[in-house]
Amino acid sequence: MIKNLSSLFCGILFGLGLVISQMVNPVKVLAFLDIAGHWDPSLALVMASALTTLGLAYRLIIRRPSPILEQSFHLPDATRIDARLLTGSALFGLGWGLSGFCPGAAIAAIGYGRTEALLFTLAMCVGIWLFRLIHRPAHS
Amino acid sequence: MENFTPYSALAGGALIGLSAALLLLLNGRIAGISGIIGRALPPHQRGDVGWRLFFLAGLLFGPLILRLADGNAANIGIDTPWPILIIAGLLVGYGTGLGNGCTSGHGVCGLARLSPRSTAATVVFMAVAGITVYIVRHWLGAED
Repeated sequence: MIKNLSSLFCGILFGLGLVISQMVNPVKVLAFLDIAGHWDPSLALVMASALTTLGLAYRLIIRRPSPILEQSFHLPDATRIDARLLTGSALFGLGWGLSGFCPGAAIAAIGYGRTEALLFTLAMCVGIWLFRLIHRPAHS
Repeated sequence: MENFTPYSALAGGALIGLSAALLLLLNGRIAGISGIIGRALPPHQRGDVGWRLFFLAGLLFGPLILRLADGNAANIGIDTPWPILIIAGLLVGYGTGLGNGCTSGHGVCGLARLSPRSTAATVVFMAVAGITVYIVRHWLGAED
């Protein structure tokens, strides 16, 4: 149970960070992506700040033999840069550029009370299921 | 540059980094939102679903608490017509499944770990998102 509570706390922090940084606002995200328009560099600072904080903390945390509440760290072991990674990232970039929503921002926007974000999130879940239907059997 | 908000960007970004650091320190997990959503969705294939559902609940509650505390905490502008939102949602779900990550998993956690794989993914989704916005706004003239 304690693992679930720590996870809940981290989720709350993440959600607060998305709202405070305004990453939750698609207009703001699209203004960052629109380099040729009225460019708003704010989100570059959101990433730089998150990366500095996590980058420094990661180096300290990973020296530990294990996390505090688990037996071991669950880190991704994939290292290959293949067509699957690049195609998936390109499709994600297309959807992100069309809407200004990434998965975390969409969930946070639902929490803030925006029903359009719920519509986006339901479509995203369908997209995940479609991916599983098409790709999982070949890779499991 | 008139809408540049450096202080809220730095503060919010630090909170996102702190959240990811704590999730790693306490639970040993990577705060990749698309992966957390994907593995929280049925049918469950592997791993523990509980912490993922709690993380997602927090991701909903944090903004809700902020809104209840201060109704003007955020301004969320959604100009995208709903059919495009649905298409974008499908692409984001499918794409993050195929590419194993999104802005949080690759863009924040992967880059912080100096993962070449996440760096490649981030360069691609940033570039494609930028080109998409350029085409929509400056060729198709959907805005401005």
